[in-house]
Amino acid sequence: MKRYLSILILMLMALLPAAATETAHAEEAAAEGKIDPKEIIFEHLGDAYGWEVPFNHHRRIPLPVIVVAEDGGWHIFSSARVTDGQTYDDGGVLFKIAGHDSDYKGKVVQVRADGSEYRPFDISITKNVCGLFITAALLIGLMLWLARWYGRKGHKAPRRGLGALELVVSFVYDSVIKPTLGENTRRFAPYLLTVFWFILLMNLLGLIVIFPGGANLTGNIAVTMVLAVMTFLVTNIFGNKHYWKEIFWPDVPLWLKFPLPIMPAIELFGIFTKPAALTVRLFANMMGGHMIVLVLTLLIFIFMSINPIAGGATTVVSLLFSVFMLVIDVLVSFIQAYVFTMLSTIFISLAQEKEHHAPAPEADV
Amino acid sequence: MELFTPDFGLIFWMFVSFAILFLILWKFAWPAIIKGIDSRAELIDKGVEYAQNAKEQLDDASRQAEALIAEARRRQADMMREADKIKTQLIEQARAAAQAEAQRVMDGAKEQIQQQQKQAELQFRNQVSEFALQIAGKVVKTSLVDDKAQKQLVNTLLDEIESNN
Repeated sequence: MKRYLSILILMLMALLPAAATETAHAEEAAAEGKIDPKEIIFEHLGDAYGWEVPFNHHRRIPLPVIVVAEDGGWHIFSSARVTDGQTYDDGGVLFKIAGHDSDYKGKVVQVRADGSEYRPFDISITKNVCGLFITAALLIGLMLWLARWYGRKGHKAPRRGLGALELVVSFVYDSVIKPTLGENTRRFAPYLLTVFWFILLMNLLGLIVIFPGGANLTGNIAVTMVLAVMTFLVTNIFGNKHYWKEIFWPDVPLWLKFPLPIMPAIELFGIFTKPAALTVRLFANMMGGHMIVLVLTLLIFIFMSINPIAGGATTVVSLLFSVFMLVIDVLVSFIQAYVFTMLSTIFISLAQEKEHHAPAPEADV
Repeated sequence: MELFTPDFGLIFWMFVSFAILFLILWKFAWPAIIKGIDSRAELIDKGVEYAQNAKEQLDDASRQAEALIAEARRRQADMMREADKIKTQLIEQARAAAQAEAQRVMDGAKEQIQQQQKQAELQFRNQVSEFALQIAGKVVKTSLVDDKAQKQLVNTLLDEIESNN
């Protein structure tokens, strides 16, 4: 009862414009008419050269920028040198982060002598790359921790954290990979388990707002594309003779494949739509989840700039919906990792299928 | 739009980190984990099977024990009945033997009594005849000279008496 009362009081407090001190910054910005929701959303969803820290909009964790300048020279410097529109002079070559009006908005560009911008070859350790490293390191740590258990404790079942890890591993292994792949399980399970866990951890870390998390990795098309390409490569490199025959000479009436290769064209197209579907599905789902939370949060500032009381009311509603969405996103994180793994498993297993035991009764027709 | 154009740097690092991650996990983590899970599952399966077998054996053993107990009970009852029969038989036999013995003893006694009676009768007769002779002798001492004729007479008389008796 007391708890409900305190929640109610907190809600009432939110309705008081005077109590909405946290939005002071937004009010200030709103007063200047500077709130640009689109800008803020894309800034949060996108990549950056530094990593934000909580409660401070100007200081960022600096990350290394690695670029190859127009003349072919490598340049490595801290991203702190180019923040806030600064231009950094690295041995006579000038770099800066392109401004709003540039084609390369938000990217490091080289400034030529005549003032024009050149987008260098850029493999900087950005926020997303750093997030990838953190996720990979975390995953390696977790899995080696789990693997060590079996060596040390033999047949004793792990409890708590390790038990949860084992539960998820054996869930994916026993209910997705094994029933679909059958005798090829051992061959492809390492890849599929790696994909599942990598996606799951990236998804979950993306939901954590502060430093080790917060990088919107699976909501970035480059990351999902690489994962889908991996599945594409595994599927097609290890595909057997039957798989290729089904693509170029499928079991259909002759006129469908000769002289005009209608079915082969469709099948060939299918090879490429599969990874495309994988890419977009994961990317869109995760980005959508993040975007909804961002929009709900931004609603507070938008309404606050119109009317403080409306802003206060929106705070309550938005906060509740944000929490709800984040909880849903935890579920979605798992489901999307599961779906990606499941589809990869199915694609790989389809490429492993043996010749049908009973050929289609064409002769009877 | 920026969101839909994959950034080369990120693709490059994603490939690198995924490759490293996969190699490390492939080499050191997944085989150990899967082997661990599988071997434990096998162990549990075996354990369950073993327990089921043990239970079956236990059930079997208790059933056997029950059968043995029932058999022992039956035998005990049989033996009791047998013993009972033997007992009655023995008693019967003993009784018969005792009866026969008693009969024998009684018969012996009767015979002895009869013999003794006869002897006594004989003795009595002799004495009586002697007394009678003495009496008669005294009575007829004078009248009867021939002892032998006298005795014969008395005996004849006595026989008459006896047959009259």
